[in-house]
Amino acid sequence: MVRQIVVFAVLMLSIALMYACSKNEDKINPDEKPVTFSIPSNFPAPAYHFEQNKISNAGFALGKKLFYDARLSADKSVSCGSCHQQFAAFANLDHKVSHGVKNCQGKRNAPPLFNLAWQKAFFWDGGVKNIETSPLNAITDACEMGTDIQTIITFLKSTAPYPEMFKQAFGTNEISSQLLLKSLTQFTGVLVSGNSKYDQVIRKEAGVSFTAEEQSGYMLFKKKCSSCHAEPFFTDFSYRNNGLDLVSSDEGRSHITGVLADFGTFRIPSLRNIEYTGPYMHDGRFYSLDEVLEHYNSGIKAAENLDPSLKNGIQLNGTDKAQIKAFLKTLTDNEFIKNKLYSES
Amino acid sequence: MKLSQYLLALLCPIILLSSCKKDADETTPDSKSSFTLEFEHQVNGSALNLNTTTYKNAKGEDFKINVFKYYVSNVKLSKADGTNYLIPESYFLIDESKPATKLITVSDVPTGDYTKIEYTIGVDYARNFAGAQTGALDPVNGMFWTWNSGYIFVKLEGTSPQSTAANQSLTFHIGGVVDPNNTIRTYSTEINTANPLRIRTDSKPDMHFIVNAASLFTGTTDVSFATLNFTMGGANSVVIANNYAKGLFRLDHIHN
Ligand code: HEC
Ligand code: HEC
Repeated sequence: MVRQIVVFAVLMLSIALMYACSKNEDKINPDEKPVTFSIPSNFPAPAYHFEQNKISNAGFALGKKLFYDARLSADKSVSCGSCHQQFAAFANLDHKVSHGVKNCQGKRNAPPLFNLAWQKAFFWDGGVKNIETSPLNAITDACEMGTDIQTIITFLKSTAPYPEMFKQAFGTNEISSQLLLKSLTQFTGVLVSGNSKYDQVIRKEAGVSFTAEEQSGYMLFKKKCSSCHAEPFFTDFSYRNNGLDLVSSDEGRSHITGVLADFGTFRIPSLRNIEYTGPYMHDGRFYSLDEVLEHYNSGIKAAENLDPSLKNGIQLNGTDKAQIKAFLKTLTDNEFIKNKLYSES
Repeated sequence: MKLSQYLLALLCPIILLSSCKKDADETTPDSKSSFTLEFEHQVNGSALNLNTTTYKNAKGEDFKINVFKYYVSNVKLSKADGTNYLIPESYFLIDESKPATKLITVSDVPTGDYTKIEYTIGVDYARNFAGAQTGALDPVNGMFWTWNSGYIFVKLEGTSPQSTAANQSLTFHIGGVVDPNNTIRTYSTEINTANPLRIRTDSKPDMHFIVNAASLFTGTTDVSFATLNFTMGGANSVVIANNYAKGLFRLDHIHN
């Protein structure tokens, strides 16, 4: 009995102390739902856990405001959201290659932004290794936002409501590149897309099933595409060449590794939300899924580092194509694309 | 039942402890003090002056230096008995254009006689891929590659009439931590046991290093600016790193 009381007392004391220690708790607005990073049940454990960057509503709100603020760019015309548009699953609709300040054309297609917390490398060539540092290139690239971090920090320090927002998010009066990057990550890292029709079917949710055409497409996909576009992310995150050019004009992965065998290979992109993320491929050369499928059917070029499995192309007749397309459209996550929480206003 | 209660009782204070900021360090009976690392920049024995003075490399080619900065990290001090002390979070960016960075005071070092110092020229593997950093490692310092994550360990920019690059420029940005182009190098030197680094509560010694910027271009491979005038990681950066690993730092003396 005495022991139980002691145990109980220690427990209560601990709880009390834990509260006492966790000052800086956000002011929780009672009718505001806390922003969370949620892991769909058919996904594995993420690579980034927000352990060193605790998500809060204030941190997320700040990250989102920064994401959509064009004043951060050199000529105040381009925000992250200009190249990463929500209706395109945060890819860049209709732009083959990204379009930066002063109408400068980049060399690569802006990838969609979702499920980034599961990625261990970023960019088409995997050059960036941490989600937190992935916005730096866009900020400083002369052809993207064309500015430097110091200029942005100075701007943020002198522009309301940023100082107040940083204070709410991180509990300090400081504004640094670290906090800027952490708050952007609270926004981009929370972008999880895992509620497509495909996901619901896989999770056996009530009342959801593939049509016969979608089901046939899924079977074909598993046979012909899954070796690279592996479930549940529809990429195994490896770097490969899928025969776009005999000699690629973009070095791709070898630019990072310096290894010849990596020349012209690119990270296999996810196919989630593929219906909305066109144009396709690292240089945005294909405008439609039909062109992509025809590429695999008849357009594979014998590039030096072509993935061996594509040596003879992937034969697809008209029915195959229609079925695969029907399946690919089940990867669209409308809840994600339309989620007001992620929208500019 | 009882066991689990004990476990719970045991666990709670642990949770409690880890939820609190660990301000109070484990108290050690040993006293602590500080010392200074001083880096004097030279080019083959002459003082380094940015932009103005003309120097010669080992091939006899003229050059000028406009930018010279580098990282020193994970500084470790050892005593004669083999025990050592790794200075926590020791990441220093030394920049010729910012004189204050050439004089670094390290505090909270356990007192004693140290007979060896060792540090990384650059930044360890893990921090190259870690999330957003602050202080010396803040990307705002212009020593972080944004398109190929990782730090520039040593940056030397300048000009040479021999350079075939635009504006006769020299661009040596050395970094990269993945084989075969890993450029992490360490520097270590024994300290004369007759005059060790004597850290006392009432004595804060100064370690004076001579840093030779020209060491990038000789040591293992004599570099000609006609053929090598630009590198940002990769095989040529390894050539330069192998050079400066031999001669970038020299412990000149210690003021005890
Ligand atoms: C001018 C267009 C443009 C702007 C503005 C832009 N990006 Fe990007 N973003 C790109 C392109 C293009 C890539 C791919 C780069 C590559 O692969 O070389 C990319 C890649 C990324 C990635 C990595 C995605 C992946 O899967 O590899 C993230 C994260 C990202 N951007 C976030 C941001 C943030 C945050 C901002 C605002 C600070 C921003 N971007 C601004 C065009 C842009
Ligand atoms: C050998 C591996 C491999 C196989 C098999 C493969 N792909 Fe790909 N896929 C890639 C790579 C690599 C890319 C990116 C290439 C680039 O941009 O350079 C890609 C790109 C795509 C894209 C463009 C995505 C975007 O966001 O730009 C689509 C769509 C696509 N593949 C669909 C398919 C379909 C459908 C199949 C099966 C019929 C398939 N792929 C089979 C490797 C593969």
